[in-house]
Amino acid sequence: MLTVNDIKKVYDSGDQALKGLSMEVSGNEIVSIIGPSGAGKSTLIRCINRLTEPSSGEVWLGDTEITALSSKELRKARRDMGLIHQEFNLVERLTVMENVLSGRLGYMSTLDAFRRNFDSEDIAKARAVLRRVGLEGVENDRADELSGGQRQRVGIARAVIQRPKILLVDEPTSALDPETSIEVMDLLTEIAREDDIPVLINIHEVDLATEYADRVVGLSDGELVFEGDADELDERAKDIIYRDGQSREERDAAKAEQQASAGE
Amino acid sequence: MATRSDVADGEWERPTAFYNRTTKYLVYTAVVAFVLYSLWSIGIPIDRFRRGIGAGIDLVSNMLPPALTPVQFELMVQGIVESILMSIVATTLGIIVSAPVAFMAANNLAPRPVYFVGRGIIAVSRSFHELIVAIVMVKAVGFGPLAGVLALGFKTVGFFAKLLSEEIEDIDTGQMQAIEAVGGSRMQVYLYSVLPQIVPRIIGLSIYRLDINLRHSTVVGIVGAGGIGITLLNSFQKYDFQYSSMIILVIVGIVMIGEAASAYARRRVQ
Amino acid sequence: MSSESSDAGAQWERFEPRERLLRYLVTLGALVVLAASWRAMDINYGYVASAPQEVMDLFTRMYPPNVMYTREIARPLLETINISILGTALAIVMALPVAFLSASNTTPNRATYLLGKFIVSFTRSVNVIIWALIFVAVFGPGALAGVLAIAVRSVGFTAKLLGEAIEEIDPGEVEAIRATGASTLQTFIYGIVPQIKPAFISVATFRWDINVRASTIIGFVGAGGIGVALQTNINYFKWDAVLTILIAILGIVLVSEGVSAYLRRKVS
Ligand SMILES: Nc1ncnc2c1ncn2[C@@H]1O[C@H](COP(=O)(O)OP(=O)(O)O)[C@@H](O)[C@H]1O
Ligand SMILES: [Mg+2]
Repeated sequence: MLTVNDIKKVYDSGDQALKGLSMEVSGNEIVSIIGPSGAGKSTLIRCINRLTEPSSGEVWLGDTEITALSSKELRKARRDMGLIHQEFNLVERLTVMENVLSGRLGYMSTLDAFRRNFDSEDIAKARAVLRRVGLEGVENDRADELSGGQRQRVGIARAVIQRPKILLVDEPTSALDPETSIEVMDLLTEIAREDDIPVLINIHEVDLATEYADRVVGLSDGELVFEGDADELDERAKDIIYRDGQSREERDAAKAEQQASAGE
Repeated sequence: MATRSDVADGEWERPTAFYNRTTKYLVYTAVVAFVLYSLWSIGIPIDRFRRGIGAGIDLVSNMLPPALTPVQFELMVQGIVESILMSIVATTLGIIVSAPVAFMAANNLAPRPVYFVGRGIIAVSRSFHELIVAIVMVKAVGFGPLAGVLALGFKTVGFFAKLLSEEIEDIDTGQMQAIEAVGGSRMQVYLYSVLPQIVPRIIGLSIYRLDINLRHSTVVGIVGAGGIGITLLNSFQKYDFQYSSMIILVIVGIVMIGEAASAYARRRVQ
Repeated sequence: MSSESSDAGAQWERFEPRERLLRYLVTLGALVVLAASWRAMDINYGYVASAPQEVMDLFTRMYPPNVMYTREIARPLLETINISILGTALAIVMALPVAFLSASNTTPNRATYLLGKFIVSFTRSVNVIIWALIFVAVFGPGALAGVLAIAVRSVGFTAKLLGEAIEEIDPGEVEAIRATGASTLQTFIYGIVPQIKPAFISVATFRWDINVRASTIIGFVGAGGIGVALQTNINYFKWDAVLTILIAILGIVLVSEGVSAYLRRKVS
C-alpha cells in the first residue's frame, strides 16, 4: 500500500532529519512510529505527502510514485492521504462545517469553493461524520469556540471525509489531556477499522503506541532502529530507541565536546 | 444548540453576520453600488487624469533637488521654531484646561448636568479636525501663532480630558472614602487620593500629545494659524517647488525625530 | 503598603533622593522651556487677554444657525463622504502589495522589506493637507486631488496594520488546507483569507472613520468636499452658515464613528 524507499531529508539548516529510511504500511494495519523528540517522526509524515520535499528516495502509494508527481498530480494524490495534525490546525475563524468540508476541496472547482457551494452528498456525509465523531449540532460553531478534544475530532472528520486510502497522523494527542487522548485514539482507530484503511501514526508515548498499534516502528536520529509487532517491543528495544539514541540535543552537545577536545 | 430537523441532510448554509444570504448579497451590492456612485458623482475626468500624470512628472522634476535661498532658509527656520514653540505651549495649556474638564466628565464625581457639559466639550473637540478648529480660531483672534496655540490647545483638551476622565472613573472609590472619612475637604480628597494614582500615566500621555501637536503645528499655518505651514503654502502658490520639497523634507524629518524622541521618553518614564 | 513597619513609615519618602533631584530638575527644565517658548512666540498680549471674549463673540454671531443653508451643503457633504470612501478604497488597493512587502513572512527579500517599511513611514509622516497641496498642484483643484491625497496618506497606516495581521497568519492552518489536495487559490481562500479578513475589515473601517474627518478639511487647499464651502463662508463672514456647516460636519463625523465602531465590533 504505502512504501517508503530509502528516503532522506536534509533541511536547509543542514539538519539531517532522515538518513535513508525504508518501511511499508499495508492492508488496514495501524503502524505507530515512536522515537524521542527530534528523531524525525514529523519529517517522515510530511515527506510522505510532500508538505516537506524529501531530499532523495521514493514514496509509493499503491502504484503511484508520489515523489515523481508534478505539483498538479501531487494535489490529486494528496486527496488520498488524510493528514491529522499535532496542533489540530483547524482554520480557527471558519465554521466546523467549513473545516470538515475543506477536506473535499480537492474535488471542487475554485468558484464553488469560494461560494461555499458544496456538493449535497458531501454535506450529508459531513453531517454523518460529525455525528460519528460525536459532534452533532456544532456544525455552525466557529472552530475557535471548541475545546481541544472537540477540535481534534473535527480534525479527524476533515481527514476522514476525504475518503482517503491512508491516514497519516502526527502526534494527535500531544496537545490533549490523558483522558481526552484515550477518547481520541479510540475514535481514530475505530474509524480506520470501519473504513478499512491503514494508519501511520506518530506517537510520543510508548504505552499508547503499543496499546493501539498492530506494528511499531522505532525511529532514532533519522534512522529506523526497530520494527516489529507491538508485543515485541521489550525493554531492550526501548533502550535502543530511547537511550542509545540520545535526544538530538544531547548528541550534538557530546559531538561538540568531542570536537573541542580533539582540537586541543 | 437546537438543530433544525426540517433542514435536509444534504443542505447547509454558512451562517452569516447578516440575517441570511440574500441580505448579505444585498448589503454587498449596496456597498459596491455606493462606491461606483461615488466614483461617478465625483466625475473623475479621464483626460485631466492623463494630463495629471504628465503634470505629476513635471512637478516631481521641478521639486528636485530640494533647494532654498539664504532668505528662504531663515524664513523656514523661523517657521519651524514657531511650530515647535506652538506645540509646547499648546500642550501645556491644553493639559491645564483639560484637568477641570476631565473631572466634569467623570461620571463618578460630577453631577449629571456638569457631566454632560464635560462630555460635550470632549465630543466637539474630538470630532473636529485640527484645521477646522484652527480656521475658526484665526477668525476669532487673528492670524498668527496665538490662533494655532488655541486650536491645538483645544484639541489637546478633548484628547486629554477623555483619557483622564476614564482614568478617574476607574479610581478606587474606597481610597477616596478613606480620606473623606478623616475629614478632608473635597479638594484635598482630589489632591491626595486621585492625583497620585494617575500622575505617571499623565506624564506619558503628555509626551505623546506633545508629539501629536508637533505634527499638527506644522500644518495649521496653511489656514493662517502660525508655524511653518504658511511658508509651505506660499511656496506652492509661488510655484517655487524646490523650496516646497525642502520644507516638506524638513517637516518629515522633524516629525520623525519627534516620534522617536517621544517613544524614547515614554519608555523612560514607564 | 500597610505591611511596612511603623518606624520605617515615619521616614518614608516617595522617591530616592537622587531620583527626586532628577525629577525637580526635569520639572524645572520643562518650566523654563515653557516660559521661553511663550516669550519667543512674540504674541501680542492684548490679543491674548481678549481671546476668550473674541471666541465667545464669534459663537454669538454664529447663533442661530442658518437652517435654509442646509440644502445648499447637502451636495458638498455628500462629496465629502464620497471622497472619504473612494480615498479609503484606493488606499486599501495600494496598501495590499505594500502590506505583503512589509510583512516579514511574505516579503521576497531584505530590500523589498525595507522598501515596504519606507513607504509606510514616509506616507504616514506627510500630513494629508500637504498631500492635498501636492495633488492640487498636479491635477488642479477638485475632488480628484482630494481622493488621491486621502488615499496616499492612508497607505502607510493601512499597510502597516495589514502587514501586522499578515505576520500573524498561522502557517499550520494554511498547510492543513494544502494537505487536503486544495489548489493554491483554494488554499488562499480557505487558509489565508479567514485569518486576515477581520483585521482587514477593522482596519478599513477604522481608517475610513479617520478619513471622513480628513475629507472635511482638504477643501481648504481646493481639494474638494465641505471644506471649500466652509472656507468660503468664513471668508465672507457668513457666520450663521458656518455654524450650519460645523453642525453638519459634527453629524457626519459622529455617524461615521458609530458605523465604524459597530462594524469593528461585529468582526472581532
Ligand atoms: N523546518 C525545519 N527546518 C530545519 N530543521 C528542521 C525543520 N523541521 C525539523 N527540523 C529538524 O529535523 C529534526 C527532526 O525533526 P522532527 O521531524 O520534527 O522530529 P520529531 O517529530 O520526531 O520530533 C530535528 O532535529 C529538527 O530540529
Ligand atoms: Mg514532531
